[in-house]
Amino acid sequence: MPEELRQIFYSKAVNEALDEELARDPNVALIGEDIGLYGGAFGVTRGLFEKYGPRRIQETPISENSFVGMAVGAAMLGLRPVVEIMFMDFIALALDQILNSAGKLHYMYNGQVSIPLVVRTPGGAKGGYGPSHSQMLSNLFVGVPGIKVVAPSSAAQVKGLLKSAIRDPNPVVFIENKRLYPQRGPVPEGEYVLPLEKAVVTPGEQVTVVAYSAMVPICLALREALLPRGISLEVVDLVSLQPLDRETIFASVRKTGRLVIVEEACVTGGVGAEVSALVAEHCLDALEAPIRRVGAADVPIASSIELEKFILPGADDVLRAVRGVLEW
Amino acid sequence: MLARLRAEGLTSDQLAACFRRMLRIREFEEALGDLFTRNLLGGTSHFCIGQEACAVGVVGALRETDWLVSNHRGHGHLLARGLDPYRVMAELLGRTDGYCGGRGGSQHMCAMDLHFLGTNGITGGGIPIGTGAAWALRYQGRDEIVVVFFGDGASNQGTFHESLNMAALGKLPVLFVCENNGYGMSNPAASSVAVPHVADRAVAYSMPGQTVDGMDVVAVMQATQAMAERVRAGEGPALLELMTYRFCGHSKNDPRVYRTREEEATWGERDCLTVAAQSLRDRGAAEAEITRLREEAHQEMAAVVERALAAPTGDRDHALGGVYA
Repeated sequence: MPEELRQIFYSKAVNEALDEELARDPNVALIGEDIGLYGGAFGVTRGLFEKYGPRRIQETPISENSFVGMAVGAAMLGLRPVVEIMFMDFIALALDQILNSAGKLHYMYNGQVSIPLVVRTPGGAKGGYGPSHSQMLSNLFVGVPGIKVVAPSSAAQVKGLLKSAIRDPNPVVFIENKRLYPQRGPVPEGEYVLPLEKAVVTPGEQVTVVAYSAMVPICLALREALLPRGISLEVVDLVSLQPLDRETIFASVRKTGRLVIVEEACVTGGVGAEVSALVAEHCLDALEAPIRRVGAADVPIASSIELEKFILPGADDVLRAVRGVLEW
Repeated sequence: MLARLRAEGLTSDQLAACFRRMLRIREFEEALGDLFTRNLLGGTSHFCIGQEACAVGVVGALRETDWLVSNHRGHGHLLARGLDPYRVMAELLGRTDGYCGGRGGSQHMCAMDLHFLGTNGITGGGIPIGTGAAWALRYQGRDEIVVVFFGDGASNQGTFHESLNMAALGKLPVLFVCENNGYGMSNPAASSVAVPHVADRAVAYSMPGQTVDGMDVVAVMQATQAMAERVRAGEGPALLELMTYRFCGHSKNDPRVYRTREEEATWGERDCLTVAAQSLRDRGAAEAEITRLREEAHQEMAAVVERALAAPTGDRDHALGGVYA
């Protein structure tokens, strides 16, 4: 990306994508809690209510399952609703409509309808939000057919991917990240779209590090830090958690022979587990060390910031795993 | 299906048309029960035998362009809207000629060209979908309305309360129709609904609520028309409760231990088909004519079943493809 690009916050990049898509397509409508004048719990929709009014920016009571269901019904009649779930933890309240309606209707109605729906939600911990406001629940959507799951890791990505998600004819769970909202990055102005299903590779030689969402900048920083020491990490930013860009993952593992998977979700039964299983199935012959997974401990996320540090993965954990596969 | 209902009631022709449509639904369900008995289809089905007047009365009072959302007990709603019974039966039998190619089946059947947004296998799952469809209609400035069917059991789901609240706040063009058949599976409404009538819940959401005899197709039609007009005029949503009874069990394997045969017999005297047949007689219809209508419906369904059983099922590509648009 050229140097002269302006730097904007990840949250502003989301706002810009929403603004541009609202302006581009009259069927795009936002729906959710406190997204009007208040601008959303994290200020992401700030200014849009003033610009587009209550018809396009539909505020709702605290009724997650039903307003996601409403978005599904509206999508059946041609709207392109973009739902905001204030904290990803609250998506539990809307899972019925996501997995029993949104993900199935196109298939079970034999193609009579498509559900161009985006459910945006910030996952992840930001320090002290506690057990019900900190989870990265990407694991919940592993093995749920019919929905796409996207987890952008930078300001530019979040803009380009959100615009693509809104234009996609399928339901997309769009995982933003509270820790990323206040991070700046270079973002192109105006029309800028990125493919939803393509992983992004930052090349290296010795170890493949697969990561997504807020773990990506941590892994990229570690890659920079290790280069002077002669350790070269290839960071594969998954971008899409469903479907997974298998070929990109496999090509990287075949090149490096070593794999570390890093995620903010609990390690058990999630995206990392799925990547691990796929690599074991398809690339076992290329592996020179056992696969290592780094993620949140399988415990609720404690409120105390000091306790939280023991639970969530950090750069040290990634470094330890990288050493582990290199020294095996 | 029918010309617009006049305030004083139905013409004899309109009543006969209702009777025929109700007979078609009854015969459809009985034929389906027979297929289960013969082990010719898998899974389960929720029969609406006894509730035909609700489907026919409500749908008959609407415009063909109004949108319908149904629930797990949806065959009556589908046939009342005028879906081809052959293609509905084919869907239940998992055949490619079915409305959803066998992918949806009984509880997940949709016909967008007939403005039927789908039956729904999750109790209460269709209520927000219908509310959202109404949001879209208002957003697009259209004059159709949405009717959402659900049961007394679903009125205990959060989606019912959340959706009625949001529909009322937005004055959305949606008519909520509760077919109260007295039981949520085995659970009597009296033990699960904390107010005497589901319609009583309307007051909590500042909308009109009305309880009507769901065994009388004319009463259902008149009440629906009055409420639909109000909804269409932009006065906001309404809740219509139809008191009815399913003469069969909840689904195919229900021994009905939770209710007495006496109770069933009492309701049986008010079978909507008996009520409608008597109205026809009162208007001078000959017994032979009523018998002829019954026989026609029976023969129609026998042909439907035979044809649907002979239809092909989908291949592997049909099973595995089409997950994403």
